[in-house]
Amino acid sequence: MKRDPIYGMMAEFDTPQALVEAARKTHQAGYNKIDTYSPFPIEGLAEEMGFHRDEVPLVVLIGGIIGGLTGYLMQYWMSAVDYPLNIGGKPPHSWPAFIIITFEMTILFAGVSAVFGMLALNGLPMPYHPVFNVPRFSSASKDRFFLIVFSSDPKYNAADTFDFFQSLDPRSITEVPS
Amino acid sequence: MDEQYKMTVDARQAPVIEPGHTFGTVTEKISAIVLTRPATNGWFIGFGIAFLATMMMLYAIGYLFLKGIGIWGVTIPIGWGFAIVNFVWWIGIGHAGTLISAILLLLRQAWRNSINRFAEAMTLFAVACAGIFPAIHVGRPWLAYWLFPYPSTMGVWPQFRSPLMWDVFAVSTYATISALFWFIGLVPDLATLRDRATHPAARIIYGMLSLGWRGSARHWHRYETAYLLLAGLATPLVLSVHTVVSFDFAVGIVPGWHTTIFPPYFVAGAIYSGFAMVLMLAIPIRKIYGLEDFITEKHLQNSAKVMLATGLIVAYGYGIEAFMSWYSGDRYDAFTIWNRLHGPYAGPYWALLICNIFIPQVLWIRKLRTSPVALFFISGVILVGMWLERFIIVVVSLHRDFLTSSWGMYYPTRWDWMTYLGTIGMFLAAMFLFLRLLPAISIFEMRTLLPEAEVKGE
Repeated sequence: MKRDPIYGMMAEFDTPQALVEAARKTHQAGYNKIDTYSPFPIEGLAEEMGFHRDEVPLVVLIGGIIGGLTGYLMQYWMSAVDYPLNIGGKPPHSWPAFIIITFEMTILFAGVSAVFGMLALNGLPMPYHPVFNVPRFSSASKDRFFLIVFSSDPKYNAADTFDFFQSLDPRSITEVPS
Repeated sequence: MDEQYKMTVDARQAPVIEPGHTFGTVTEKISAIVLTRPATNGWFIGFGIAFLATMMMLYAIGYLFLKGIGIWGVTIPIGWGFAIVNFVWWIGIGHAGTLISAILLLLRQAWRNSINRFAEAMTLFAVACAGIFPAIHVGRPWLAYWLFPYPSTMGVWPQFRSPLMWDVFAVSTYATISALFWFIGLVPDLATLRDRATHPAARIIYGMLSLGWRGSARHWHRYETAYLLLAGLATPLVLSVHTVVSFDFAVGIVPGWHTTIFPPYFVAGAIYSGFAMVLMLAIPIRKIYGLEDFITEKHLQNSAKVMLATGLIVAYGYGIEAFMSWYSGDRYDAFTIWNRLHGPYAGPYWALLICNIFIPQVLWIRKLRTSPVALFFISGVILVGMWLERFIIVVVSLHRDFLTSSWGMYYPTRWDWMTYLGTIGMFLAAMFLFLRLLPAISIFEMRTLLPEAEVKGE
């Protein structure tokens, strides 16, 4: 498949309020393949774009369960199955003494899953991305707010999308080369 | 409203961030410390001293590896000495960083946003300093990896019923999670530095470290979920770490160790000393880098209040220890308290009571809670006091246990002191580098505190 030379069209806003309203209007206008960029998390913005599936909690839950099981079974197998040693007359399977390491392993696996799961779901690390082709985009990490409609959106049409963006009253509109 | 009362209320509601800032000025001011401000002579002198102290520590450790732990003051019956005192002290200091970044996040204390970044850095460096001690204390440090359960040709596994093994897992999990929490918090700010750096090398390094963060709303959504979950995981973790450290003592039967008050009182003591370290770092940093707008009087006050509260819990711990030694009717326990008050180490014990209980009570005075100079010195006193507390717990409990025939004394040698002071140097050297290389205050979280960040609903 030939790569579309245009990645999308981007509008720049001054305030988070303007971005949230623009995202809502764009989504309501029928554009589905859109994204927004902001220098800090804005509550409810992802929902305005129709994003509802956040799998991070599930990943963390699975990580935690695996960690807890690993921790407990490791201690059980090593102390009671593979090489039982009588230490201080305590039973080889001393479950109360195994709880702490089980707990620590649960936290370790869940925490590592939270970080790497989040990065993987976000498709990071990705040092290059077409949006970085827009020179003004460098202020997306400072004080500007951006909205993009991807060229893969069925409703995308350079002229119409440009006109629609004009109605949102942005600070600037740029075509993003891919 | 009564004038006096009004003044009190106004001061209590001192802002978390001074008015007049915008997204741009917040970004500018914090990133300038890293990107544009030249390093001053003061920085070089401070870093130089800290670096020399680090070298001194490496020298002391190198000599230790050559000669063995006989160069230290540890002997039987006091086999634990400075290494364990310093380990517990450093780990405790680290706890405030996690408390600020995780627990205060869950409690929605927005003021934490300006101090969490460097408090987390403090946690990492403190845990790094702490980790050195048990590793070099094992006598044959090149075999320290035996602590981890790996399939060896010996066929034998670690002893999981021992609190020392619990400690290995607790501390290594704590170090890992603290590092991840810190790094993930840095990612959006590294993207800011990537976009603002002018030097090509800086752009590339910050660019790689930022993982290509672009601030997409979907990314932010998952990011916030992960961050919140991580905070939720770090909260029980941090409470468990010092609990497990206290088990190293409490599970043993030595008089002065074998008590159930240890876990809560260790955790409170950890937070106590940790906040003292936060203040000792924050007060000079805000002054030197002109960050009084972001680290305001409110932060100093709140930290002072946390110290006051945890200090009282610690005092309660001391009280209960003394009460139980009498109430239990155990002569050895009773002797432990008598020995602390009147024995050969009575000097450090009285100094501990003065540093940890009596002097910090001046924090009830508002004027002192808001005075950076006073807080700096009180924090120093608390850090000394908390170090003495661990000295008393480790050394004084061990030096006179059940049998008078096995009594002894502990005298630290110059190698003990060089290693201890050297870790303080390493901690400060890492802090100096951190201040120049990474944003010491979380930029993106500061932006969310600005009034213009507010979005009204439909």
